[in-house]
Amino acid sequence: MSLYYTASDHFVLLPAILLALFGCAVLLFDLTALGSPRQRLWLPGLALSGLGFTAVALLRQHMLVAAQGVEISAFRGAMAVDRFALAFNWIFLVAAVLVVLFSYRHLRREGGPDHAGEYLGLVLLAHCGMFFLATSLDLVTLFIGLELMAVCFYVLVGFARDRRSSEAAIKYLLLGAFSSAFLLYGFSLLYGLAGSTRLKDIADAVANQGPGDPVVLLAVVTSAAGALFKVAAVPFHAWAPDAYEGAPTPVTAYLAVGSTAASFAFLARLFVTPLADAREIWDPLLAVIAVATLTIGNLAAVTQSNVKRLLAYSSIGHAGYVLLGLVAGNNTGLNGVAVYLLTYAPMTAGAFLIVAAMRRTARPAAAPLEAVTAAPVAASPRGRSGATVMEAQPELSSPRLEERASADDAVAATAEPAEDVDDFNGLMHRRPGYAIWMLIFLMSLAGIPPTAGFLGKYYIFLSLIEAGRYVLAVIATLYVAVALYYYFRIVRAMFAGEPDPPVGVAENWGTKVALTAAGVLTVGIGLYPEPFLRLVQIAGMR
Amino acid sequence: MPPGYVPIFIFLGLTILFPVVTLVLARLIRPSAPSFAKLEAYECGIQAASGSRGRYTVRFYIIAILFVIFDVETIFLFPWAVRYKQLGWFGVAEVAVFLAFLVVGYVWAYKKRALEWV
Repeated sequence: MSLYYTASDHFVLLPAILLALFGCAVLLFDLTALGSPRQRLWLPGLALSGLGFTAVALLRQHMLVAAQGVEISAFRGAMAVDRFALAFNWIFLVAAVLVVLFSYRHLRREGGPDHAGEYLGLVLLAHCGMFFLATSLDLVTLFIGLELMAVCFYVLVGFARDRRSSEAAIKYLLLGAFSSAFLLYGFSLLYGLAGSTRLKDIADAVANQGPGDPVVLLAVVTSAAGALFKVAAVPFHAWAPDAYEGAPTPVTAYLAVGSTAASFAFLARLFVTPLADAREIWDPLLAVIAVATLTIGNLAAVTQSNVKRLLAYSSIGHAGYVLLGLVAGNNTGLNGVAVYLLTYAPMTAGAFLIVAAMRRTARPAAAPLEAVTAAPVAASPRGRSGATVMEAQPELSSPRLEERASADDAVAATAEPAEDVDDFNGLMHRRPGYAIWMLIFLMSLAGIPPTAGFLGKYYIFLSLIEAGRYVLAVIATLYVAVALYYYFRIVRAMFAGEPDPPVGVAENWGTKVALTAAGVLTVGIGLYPEPFLRLVQIAGMR
Repeated sequence: MPPGYVPIFIFLGLTILFPVVTLVLARLIRPSAPSFAKLEAYECGIQAASGSRGRYTVRFYIIAILFVIFDVETIFLFPWAVRYKQLGWFGVAEVAVFLAFLVVGYVWAYKKRALEWV
């Protein structure tokens, strides 16, 4: 009997095994006494250590791939760790660590269970699905990975359990199931062509059939529809603003960074190698979709008053830029996709995390009435909170961390989230630190040079020019100006607006660590890009 | 058109033709004498007492979801049972891993009292 599960199989699969085990462990620990509210540091600690072990496993893979210069294949070619997989897995890891750090005590509400175990477990299991999306070379494993990620996100989006969150989750679930059906239909056609689910065999079959074949056309279009849904490209973007706005904001950050990056990994795996010979079908298709995505995303963002919705539309716009990298199709373009997604991760996560931390304080007139009916209900008018919100005050004199943490919890639990552009009014006077971090994230999102965002856009534009797609390059550049306008609406509110009512910030050490990490990465990649560029150098080596 | 698909298309054509032909033929031949008794359920379960749009408790949904999970489990166990001898201890180990993950879900559902009819 031959060996079914070899050492190299285990080596490749180890990050996924760790993520699944720690995901289940967090879920189960929540049921024991360790999950009681007083002991809650356990759960994020456990989740973080799981991510730490995953990082070690990834690092070992990275060192081996870097030393040998070839990919490590496993499960008879169904999975492979190459530079592509590693680059994306690092991006997912950054996203997951930031979200776990930030979510500590964040979903806590007054009364009732906070379901921290389920939340963190789902975050880890979604990460496990992303791992498969970046690493597998087989239609079945790819699809399982996509569904594992998507199902976790359906639940996470509805995690706040209020009306808005539930509506977002239902919309995401129904449209997501619909798109999965399309994707499966495309996969079944690809399998029918090749008689195999391996991407390599499919590449051969597509090359044999030639791009004129109607079955190849149908397979490409339906798989593209399924995959483009997940990245919120334009004809399939309708779910994104609602899901982004309704989801708890740390989940929105995870959705915007992790899910999008994983879906792009999937898209690139599918289109660049196996469907390379059908390029003349999907090249114009993707080019049109990319321009439409840029247009709708950027123009719709201009009129938004809710910051989460604004960032949702802007992330649709960013998806358009990444698609352009795929359209360019040269090595610069492929590297550009990875660079763009790497730089996109910290800046988007950072921006969403700041939105998540913002809390409205009570309007003086509304406060006494609201204090009586303290039960938080969704979709209410402003000024719900009756609690004290921590303003710009120095460190509490009490040395006990627990007291301070529970004060933060009170803010997080009772104060209403501040998500409108108007809520950012005068943040610079209230909390200059947060305003400056937000400025950096927004500058990076707009693509202004000393920050990371510039680098991604630079690579995408360069690849388009190298490929001779000048019209696309010009269109893409024009939308940068539009993006600058709506990002700087927030900046203007922060620096020039009058704070009324004053906005507060619910913070704890997790928030601070996550924000600092995101900020340092955003600035660091911009100032000293060289090691990061080497990290995501996915093309030109094979 | 790949030649292997020709029988499928012949079969598809026949399946579409069969109900159309029989229904049209029956309509031409049979006498038409509708009555209320013919519209009632006949050997198809009990008489409907009310409309089907009523509200029912969400617990049915939880039971249905749990049923689906453990139903899918058996789908994965059947192929293993068929190839039990060839797969040997490797198959046992793989199924054990699979069941262990399911048990995590089961324990969670049990502890969260999803299995109780409160």
